[in-house]
Amino acid sequence: MTTLVDIVLQGVLLGGLYALFAAGLSLIFGVMRLVNLAHGDLIVLAAFLMLALTRVLGLPLPVAALLCLPLMFAIGYALQRLVLDPVLGKDILPPLLTTFGLSIIIQNGLLEGFSADSQRLSGGGVETLSLPLGGGLAIGLMPLLTFLAAILVIVALNRLFYATALGRAFRAVSDDPEIARLMGIDNRRLFAVAMGLALSVCAVAAFFLGMRSNFDPTIGPARLLFAFEAVIIGGLGSLWGTLAGGVVLGVAQTAGAALNPEWQLLAGHLVFLAILVARPRGLFPRATD
Amino acid sequence: MANLLEVEELRKSYGSLVVTDSVSLSVGEGEALGVIGPNGAGKTTLFSLITGATRPDAGRVRLDGRDITGVGAAGRCIAGVCRSHQIPQPFEKLTVFENLLVGACFGRAMSEAEATDHCAGVLELTGLIAKANRPGGSLTLLDRKRLELARALATQPRLLLLDEIAGGLTEGECESLIGTIAAIRAGGTTIVWIEHIVHALLAVVGRLVVLNFGRKIAEGNAHAVMDLPEVREIYLGSPV
Repeated sequence: MTTLVDIVLQGVLLGGLYALFAAGLSLIFGVMRLVNLAHGDLIVLAAFLMLALTRVLGLPLPVAALLCLPLMFAIGYALQRLVLDPVLGKDILPPLLTTFGLSIIIQNGLLEGFSADSQRLSGGGVETLSLPLGGGLAIGLMPLLTFLAAILVIVALNRLFYATALGRAFRAVSDDPEIARLMGIDNRRLFAVAMGLALSVCAVAAFFLGMRSNFDPTIGPARLLFAFEAVIIGGLGSLWGTLAGGVVLGVAQTAGAALNPEWQLLAGHLVFLAILVARPRGLFPRATD
Repeated sequence: MANLLEVEELRKSYGSLVVTDSVSLSVGEGEALGVIGPNGAGKTTLFSLITGATRPDAGRVRLDGRDITGVGAAGRCIAGVCRSHQIPQPFEKLTVFENLLVGACFGRAMSEAEATDHCAGVLELTGLIAKANRPGGSLTLLDRKRLELARALATQPRLLLLDEIAGGLTEGECESLIGTIAAIRAGGTTIVWIEHIVHALLAVVGRLVVLNFGRKIAEGNAHAVMDLPEVREIYLGSPV
């Protein structure tokens, strides 16, 4: 029984990390219908950026992580304006290919700059702290913080979308970009802000990824896959659904790993497929789309 | 009377089909101009060229003496040009109120508080206040048409372009629409109105422009234009 509770608990907390991976992906798809295949690599890029700031400039990790938020925003803004904007249009293939190419460029750039060695963000021992819950159960501090961060990011994004003028503009552009322009919205700038925000969320995800596990330049595509699965399980367009999707995926992987360590990923993919078959639009699809 | 809008030798073609053929016209500040012509005459394309949704092949558009030909659609909205669409295109997933707030906050750079007050006033004027919190996509055709007008007004346009806004309305609805548009004009807004329902148009505008096959074929005092033989021919058929 304790084992079962433990599996669910650890799985739920792991789901927080997947929700963080997925939130930025979901944001970008929602606003500009762009499937960003470089999303996972951008998370890894943010993690290496934090690593570089601590190693090269000698900044403490929390400072480096905070600094990464505006830095990743700027990278996202520039990326959208200079690279992605020119290929966005009625045809979805050019942006897809562009982000695919971007993924390869980022991976190889990181390999060149940081080698293929496995890295880790060091929090000076914080990453191994855990809270005993009694009855032989304990939860790690970092997984708990990850989950809380995921909730915070989702609450913040939801507030942004439904309670601010900027969020209203995001939804208007998502609804009808041509009419939005006639209402005075500069789509290009708005898209760049959206990409900046998404990459800031990537920085949050990167911080927790780097604190909890090793990373190297090639792990981006697998993070992208988890993010996709979380978004699809949850239902496109709903951020809380994305958290639920992350949790389902996290629990499935933890349960699979408990049965046999080799089954972690397989179990996640199988549950993903099962949900796709049973509910093709995800667990919490948006009412109209 | 200074001209608010000047359109000079505007030309647009799609392949070999010339939809706007060297059209020039000007609209004075505070004036209401009617645009008539048969289907396919290029009336709606003219609006797309004025709002910047479509780029002309040649010609100039000036607002208040300033050349805005190279300004994009968003910039022209901010400069004071806004239109309603013949086929209503609300932001379907935004509420009616949010539909208006978008234009007020971005088209006119209002603060949230100013925008809220202004948009509530516009909803009152256009009779949509009771439906303020319904999604735009849930409205009936009549209310969608009202929303088109309301959303354009939310941007506080100096130049309001109305595209067949009276089409499909009942007689009573049409009367109240005429009252609303007359009130908007009385408030100082310059209006260009494309309309097939001629009596509604004549109740508001003093001057008419007639388009046919992309060309301007007549222009002048509304009643005089309606009496021209070539206009009567378009609307009533050729004399026997």
